[in-house]
Amino acid sequence: MTIMELYAISPLLVLAGWATLLVLVDLFIPRQRKGLTALLAAIGLALAMGFSISQFGHQISAFQGKIVVDGFAVFLSTLFLSSGLLGIAVAYDYLKRMGIERSEYYTLLLFSISGMLLMTMAADLIVVFIALELLSIPLYVLAGFARPRLDSEEAALKYFLLGAFAGGFVVYGIALVFGATGSTALSGIVAAVEADSVNLALLTVGAALILVGLGFKVAAVPFHMWTPDVYQGAPTAVTAFMAVGAKAGGFAALLRVFMLAFPALASSLAPVLWGLATLTMILGNFAAITQSNIKRLLAYSSIAHAGYILMAVVTFGQGKAAADAVAAALFYLAAYAFTSFGAWAVVITLEQAENKGLELQDYAGLGRKYPALAAAMAIFMLSFTGVPPTLGFVGKFYLFRSVLEGGYLSLALIGVLTSLVSAYYYLRVVVIMYMHDGEPEISAAGWLKFTAGFTALATIILGLFASPLFDWASQAVLKLL
Amino acid sequence: MNYIFHPLTLVTFFPLLGALVILFLKPEQKNPARWIALVTSLVTLGISIAILVQFKPADPNLQMVIDRPWIQVAGWNISYHMGVDGLSILLLLLTTGLTSLSILSTWTAIEDRVKDFMFFFLLLEVGMAGVFLAQDLFLFYVFWEFTLVPMYFLIGIWGGPQRMYAAIKFFLYTMAGSVLMLLAILWLGIQGGTFSLPELVANNHIPAGVQFWLFLAFAAAFAIKVPMWPLHSWLPDAHVEAPTAGSVILAGVLLKMGTYGFLRFNLALFPSAAVQLAPWMAGLAVVGILYGAAVSYAQKDVKKLVAYSSVSHLGFVMLGLFALNPQGIQGGILQMVNHGLSTGALFLIVGMIYERRHTRDMNAFGGLWKVMPIYGALTLVVTLSSMGLPGLNGFVGEFTILLGAWDAGQSGGVIGSYWFAGLAAGGVILAAVYMLFMFQKLFLGPVDKEENRQLKDLNWREITTLAPLLVFIFWIGLYPKPFFNLMAPSVDKLVMLLQNAALAMR
Repeated sequence: MTIMELYAISPLLVLAGWATLLVLVDLFIPRQRKGLTALLAAIGLALAMGFSISQFGHQISAFQGKIVVDGFAVFLSTLFLSSGLLGIAVAYDYLKRMGIERSEYYTLLLFSISGMLLMTMAADLIVVFIALELLSIPLYVLAGFARPRLDSEEAALKYFLLGAFAGGFVVYGIALVFGATGSTALSGIVAAVEADSVNLALLTVGAALILVGLGFKVAAVPFHMWTPDVYQGAPTAVTAFMAVGAKAGGFAALLRVFMLAFPALASSLAPVLWGLATLTMILGNFAAITQSNIKRLLAYSSIAHAGYILMAVVTFGQGKAAADAVAAALFYLAAYAFTSFGAWAVVITLEQAENKGLELQDYAGLGRKYPALAAAMAIFMLSFTGVPPTLGFVGKFYLFRSVLEGGYLSLALIGVLTSLVSAYYYLRVVVIMYMHDGEPEISAAGWLKFTAGFTALATIILGLFASPLFDWASQAVLKLL
Repeated sequence: MNYIFHPLTLVTFFPLLGALVILFLKPEQKNPARWIALVTSLVTLGISIAILVQFKPADPNLQMVIDRPWIQVAGWNISYHMGVDGLSILLLLLTTGLTSLSILSTWTAIEDRVKDFMFFFLLLEVGMAGVFLAQDLFLFYVFWEFTLVPMYFLIGIWGGPQRMYAAIKFFLYTMAGSVLMLLAILWLGIQGGTFSLPELVANNHIPAGVQFWLFLAFAAAFAIKVPMWPLHSWLPDAHVEAPTAGSVILAGVLLKMGTYGFLRFNLALFPSAAVQLAPWMAGLAVVGILYGAAVSYAQKDVKKLVAYSSVSHLGFVMLGLFALNPQGIQGGILQMVNHGLSTGALFLIVGMIYERRHTRDMNAFGGLWKVMPIYGALTLVVTLSSMGLPGLNGFVGEFTILLGAWDAGQSGGVIGSYWFAGLAAGGVILAAVYMLFMFQKLFLGPVDKEENRQLKDLNWREITTLAPLLVFIFWIGLYPKPFFNLMAPSVDKLVMLLQNAALAMR
């Protein structure tokens, strides 16, 4: 183990180590002062982010090629660590208000993010699987964090069962890939394919099973069934984190594994991905129309956005177009992360004890009574829809461009038309906030206001001045080291 | 830094400054919000007049061009590219002028959430000015879609009883067309390696078959906006439900974004598709002229009548543009301005009576001339302008369009039949029928309703709102030459391009 190898995994080491220490330190923090735990967790995330950003521009291959640190890893690691910070910001007040302030929340969050960091650098299917479990298991616990509330327990169980099921798919897929190629390393798989010493049918089935497992994680149709229930039942702060972290984690694996290891399978798997993306966009958006609960609405919206990002994966076998698609997917994930966290922060601000304040009608009159909060929510809804000058628009523009470059006009057409459908339900939130009369109640704490305000500003300003983020995403080219 | 203090940047983004200042007011500070909005819009108008003074009418090319890299990463070539030429200068002035007048018209009509209203109104001005000045497809699309947001709020919050329905319908309809245009823009950007409109026009090698589809994708966005028959059904709802100032801007400027889009993008980027599809577009335009006129005649609600008359008037504009010759296009551009002036004035007039009586039903009125003579006289002029009486602006525009359409109707011309011009001329007569019918119902006859006896005539603010429009109605009607001079060189340049395409197709 060289210094360079340690440096490659330094963000992960720092974070996982910090989380372990935090479990111990937390024992000595009095019950009334759990804010300190939150602060310490945030410091851990910031430290890890420092290490991660310092790796910018590096190309490191470590541990016999099982770990790769490149632009892709750095971009996504930074995204995950920022989501962690936002996840703490939205949770701090929420946990107190709901009477579930247990400091395990923060340590579990850190462990889950450790899994995500590992996922960004995984260049071996075994590592992918370990990362997947590491990011998922803390999330199963977190989903049930509002115990003994029944719906939270139900969410945890559902998420756990389906997650374990999905994990099984991934493992079996990995086994078949290994059987077909004799390697679990991404480079090994490619080498075996190039040497023409593979059982292509077995490899295809293996890759398809991995796709199914990861499809569960990113909530792609038809593997999305758990999403609305889990998103609704889990404590909202956990949902906010899950909607960004778990999804982006799944996509990190999907993008790297498919783009690097399986380009040879494009002819058989691209149509499958095409179908998944199409179904996900259509079903996610249409199902969202009928929702009257904001958590379910955002759950279906998150399914729909998984569909958009899946469009980028469809081009995985096409070299230049695929490279652009990776950058577009990363940019879109960042745009989605900001917008989604902002929207969930507003939801948390309006949520009252015992699941009150979660119906769309509870937002009536928000525009008049709390104009800043309503304006922020309106910005998030417009960004989700993809209306300029928001970050969501630039993200969609980038994504559709890469899809067109890949030659998938039909997919782009379905994408824009379903965006039109999504405008209907996103605008309904705006209509209710601004055009219905009501007396909404909020419990605005400083950090929630900060999160909503910060992400709203970021959504607009990064939308207008997207160059730096573009630049950064476009350097995240995936290649074998 | 000169691109920040460039007149085109200032005219576009100065309203944003006013909007941000208004954001810091308290909700109860109604008059400060009004004054800040008015002063901001007047300064913007001043900047646009300064642009007119600097503008060189003889130059057919883009003037005062700004071209700054905006997003230039990974094969993207997006610039902050602005410019003005003969096709857009009048529309820019129309935008800034109508915005000021609209804000003036809301002084007593908007009492609820004044601060928010003014905020959205100024944001809308940013979007509209940007649409007319942007020379980069990405930038244009950003402004184009952005105008939806403030207008959506203006209709949805301050509109009539059906406002939420109208607001969502407006948004979804327009977006439906725009997303298709977005794909076409992406296609052009990928193939051309740039989103710059002048560059794409200069290196235009799009095969005719592809041009056809791209033309349709752009046309989807613009035809809904215009609106062309049969895509007009959002318009009556949006116009009727919008507050007066919103209707004025909607009819006066937002619809022009559609016709302007055809002019700037469809004709310049896809000339052979334009030549090929000209008879179809002209045909739809003529149907729109006749349909709009017929439906207008059937309306009881004055605002609805004015709304449907827009379908008819914009039909004339489209007919002119797709005559693809200098008269037709010049007439089309002038008619865009004319429609902005006269329909803007009509909506203001309807708003004034609605503020007094809270109804727009024609049967509730009668004999208003005796009660409100100033109002009656001003309305008469605007009515005559809208129906195209010689000596007023509407006549000049429509007549030029008909000349152009007649010319293009010769055998071998782009639309190839005299029927287009002939039927459209029938629309002029129908316009006279429904406009005079409305005027008669409202103003003539005895004052037979008790509520109408005590109505106050227009006050100074209201007269000030209408007066500038009337000045231009007479000016364009009596001496249109300066207006044609502004646009002629740019139009000739565009027509050259189209003629070359037509020749190449033979």
